[in-house]
Amino acid sequence: MKKDLLSISDLTSDEIYLVLDTADAMREIGQRPIKKVPTLRGKTVVNLFYEPSTRTRTSFEIAEKRLSADTLNIAVAASSVLKGETLADTAMNIEAMSPDMIVIRHPSSGAGHLLSRICRSRIINAGDGMHEHPTQALLDAFTIRQHKQRIEGLKVTIVGDLLHSRVLRSNVLLLTKLGAEVWVAGPRTLVPAGIEQMGVRVSTDIDRAVADADVIMMLRIQQERMNGAFFPSLREYFEVFGMTRARVARAKPDVIVMHPGPMNRGVEIASDVADGPASVILEQVANGVAVRMAVLYLLAGGSEAD
Amino acid sequence: MPVVMDGARVGRSLARIAHEILERNHDLEQLALVGIRRRGVPLARRLSQIIRDIHQVEIPTGALDITLYRDDLMRTAVAAQPIIHKTEIGFSIDDKRILLVDDVLYTGRTIRAALDALIEFGRPRAIQLVVLVDRGHRELPIKADYVGKNLPTSLTQSVQVRLQEIDGRDEVEVQES
Repeated sequence: MKKDLLSISDLTSDEIYLVLDTADAMREIGQRPIKKVPTLRGKTVVNLFYEPSTRTRTSFEIAEKRLSADTLNIAVAASSVLKGETLADTAMNIEAMSPDMIVIRHPSSGAGHLLSRICRSRIINAGDGMHEHPTQALLDAFTIRQHKQRIEGLKVTIVGDLLHSRVLRSNVLLLTKLGAEVWVAGPRTLVPAGIEQMGVRVSTDIDRAVADADVIMMLRIQQERMNGAFFPSLREYFEVFGMTRARVARAKPDVIVMHPGPMNRGVEIASDVADGPASVILEQVANGVAVRMAVLYLLAGGSEAD
Repeated sequence: MPVVMDGARVGRSLARIAHEILERNHDLEQLALVGIRRRGVPLARRLSQIIRDIHQVEIPTGALDITLYRDDLMRTAVAAQPIIHKTEIGFSIDDKRILLVDDVLYTGRTIRAALDALIEFGRPRAIQLVVLVDRGHRELPIKADYVGKNLPTSLTQSVQVRLQEIDGRDEVEVQES
């Protein structure tokens, strides 16, 4: 493993499988009466979150605590960032207190890379702008493998706001690396230019994209990142691109429906699909803890850089 | 390099240990076997099988991975982390007499880690240690209750246990390293 996990492209396919296999072993710890192992005792992990997050932050924190690391959370709303400190200065100050790892979520793409250049601590990217969210893609792959026993050869259709989605980019890198057939679908205005160069099939016809899919992955409409009118209305978006039971029925009978959360019910996904039998959305959340434990454990060891 | 135990010898040792276990533990209902990954696991399963053949009772059998409890884990951050395997203990260990099974007893550090791991699953009535080979050189005050073979070794030697289930044959070999 490299020193940091900034992008799925930092991982070889063997390393991806190592993370998934390690996560498989970590999952059992969450089912014990005492959900804790002493592995990262004495290690300090800083969770530096510049964006609101419930799932990812909680998931990292639980993972860190189950491995006995000392964790501290810096929520930007209550920090000196509001007094005008730059990210680099904040990073250098945290680094001066010698933590072992920093988990960062930031609205700017490449924030983790900046930290990686400044800090000796291991950096884990927990979402940087519209760039990547590698641990999400790993937990998605873990969930897919749990249900399908493989990733290679599966048809995975990713639908929604492709343009603003870091989850999309990490998932496409991972799934294509492991040999899945990836389709992406969304309104033309939300399809990033050149996306087909990542090795995916692009469609603006959702019915065609989901036909015979093994996995449907929904992406949230990220209104907070939209500074223009990308489609006429949320209601119309749902009509054309929302995941309904009728559309799920076009996929394989054993299709699983995924969503990284938070969901906009009635916008990208109908409630009866989100809560329906094909949905594995809450399993994704549960698996997130095990996958993050695996990443923390594996990064805490040596790296090629040492 | 010398093979100190062949397949037949390994089989006889396990049969003898199974009888010793039965001799020392009268209430079979309270017994459970826990093998330490990797080679303790097939050994635990075989002991369970032998006891079933003698007494027609099923002794619950689990697998314990001690990697996350190792005392040398974060000390040398130069190599990749050891691979973690699954711990599978599908029964409550509370008030059970646990037979902890491993292939080689050496420094005792693996057993120390296993005891720490096991105790987090509950409060067993007792824990007894079963090993196929005791090669000496203890660094901690740990002693086996059942030993297949005492094998005096020097520190420069290594002891290789091979088992059918993992390596395709049963044997114990001493190697100069």
